[in-house]
Amino acid sequence: MSKFRDSLASGRFTFTGEIGPPKGTNVEPVLEEAVHYLKDCCAAVNVTDIQTAVMRMSSLAVCRMLVERGIEPVLQMVTRDRNRLALQSDLLGAAALGVENVLALTGDHTTMGDHKEAKPVYDLDSVGLLQTMRKLESGTDLGRTMKGEPNQLDGAPKFFKGCVVTPCAEEVEPQIIKLEKKVAAGAEFVQTQAVYDPRAFEKFMKSIGHIKVPVMVGIVLLKNAGMAKYMNANVPGVVVPKEITARLAAADKKELKKVSVQIAGELIRDMRGCCQGAHIMPLGWDKEIPRVIEASGA
Amino acid sequence: MIVAERKPLEEIRRNLAGRKKVLVLGCGGCVTVCLTGGERQADMLASQLRTAAKVAGEPVEVTVRTPTRQCDREFIDTLKADVEAADAVVSLACGVGVQLMAEVYETKPVLPAVNTTFMGAHSGPGTWTENCRGCGQCVLAETGGVCPVARCAKSLINGACGGTNKGKCEVSRDIDCAWYLIYKRLKARGDLSFLRAEREPLDWGMSSSGTRRTLVHAEVNDQAHRRGAEGAEGAAERK
Repeated sequence: MSKFRDSLASGRFTFTGEIGPPKGTNVEPVLEEAVHYLKDCCAAVNVTDIQTAVMRMSSLAVCRMLVERGIEPVLQMVTRDRNRLALQSDLLGAAALGVENVLALTGDHTTMGDHKEAKPVYDLDSVGLLQTMRKLESGTDLGRTMKGEPNQLDGAPKFFKGCVVTPCAEEVEPQIIKLEKKVAAGAEFVQTQAVYDPRAFEKFMKSIGHIKVPVMVGIVLLKNAGMAKYMNANVPGVVVPKEITARLAAADKKELKKVSVQIAGELIRDMRGCCQGAHIMPLGWDKEIPRVIEASGA
Repeated sequence: MIVAERKPLEEIRRNLAGRKKVLVLGCGGCVTVCLTGGERQADMLASQLRTAAKVAGEPVEVTVRTPTRQCDREFIDTLKADVEAADAVVSLACGVGVQLMAEVYETKPVLPAVNTTFMGAHSGPGTWTENCRGCGQCVLAETGGVCPVARCAKSLINGACGGTNKGKCEVSRDIDCAWYLIYKRLKARGDLSFLRAEREPLDWGMSSSGTRRTLVHAEVNDQAHRRGAEGAEGAAERK
């Protein structure tokens, strides 16, 4: 049973963290950090799936290693690298390995990563992946028998299915329409793209009042003013207000981490009234997650 | 139409591997329109080959022909004498034409002079842009005439991904986000119902990622067979 699902269902403000598998076989450092800094304060920990199309160890392998260490993982699954055969196969494998939480994503295009010559797959999109999970849960798959009937599975999995949305996209209506479709296709929780503008987020949450699934606001730790400016200029749907960039720019180098943690904590504090949890993406600053939660007052 | 790009001269010469009599074959179809493989480009390639060979001290004999199309037997069957007189054929047609030439003239090397790139429209002076992937299940009726399969970098069918940015694709700021265009057009028409409809995954078996596809117009095919049979009977009677 997913403790993560239970936490959201209980109405408790819920935290999730995020780790990225290593590029190589040296998986101990990231696991150790997860055990030391995320295990106690997060209901679950997302494990990224070849994030930004930069080749890394498989998300499923790291998810299982978290299970073995008593941490509930959220398996991120992108549709960029596997067709429907491989995705379904890995979903069954995930269920067998005790991985229940799955976040459905399309995934950054191959040309954004470090294997630009790779053939992108995108057999399914994120809505299709959610439809697929629901199908597997019902005991069938996307295929057909020789007679044209649905295939019957020998044992059906159970997932806690998630999806993402970009609340501060400049065109928000298509975002909301796609979110409605994801929820109709079976999404049970939402983790958002990074948000730095509580007022814009509140407005977004009001506009999706008709969507009855828990929403966790996305928080990416801003490590310095340069990163804030970069995100503003280059990351779609991310708007960092000038005041935040100014606070980072004014911070003494030794104090930077503290300021960054303080900003993230305040953002959660300001937004926790209108959503059900926060998904903290530390981008390597895993150690700071407990302090962010503390600063949020939640 | 089919759009193609000329290969570098060095690659064409490398593939020719010192053959002395070369037939350069333009194509009067799509590659003429996209200014890559028509009569003019065939003449230009021929003179480039002659000059390069002369400089290298290994002169070649180059002849040029440009049939109406290389993707239809009726236009290439007539090239027999020219093909037989050559050691190799350099074709400026798309991959379709090169393959049919190689099939009709089995013993002759038919070498491509272009890279066939996409199906696209003339989108500006000297510019062509991809618009269709031949997926075999056209959805343009519902998408406001913008193809998400060809024009979305991820061929998504349920709306934009998180990479859509100020109307542009995450892959490049020079490429419009297809789903942004679809949204804008459907919105202007006052009907977003397609955008709202939850769509099942596409059947890629019907697309170019499936097996080789064939189109048969049965009525034309039957008629041709009947005519063939009658012709054979007539010939037998005349004997």
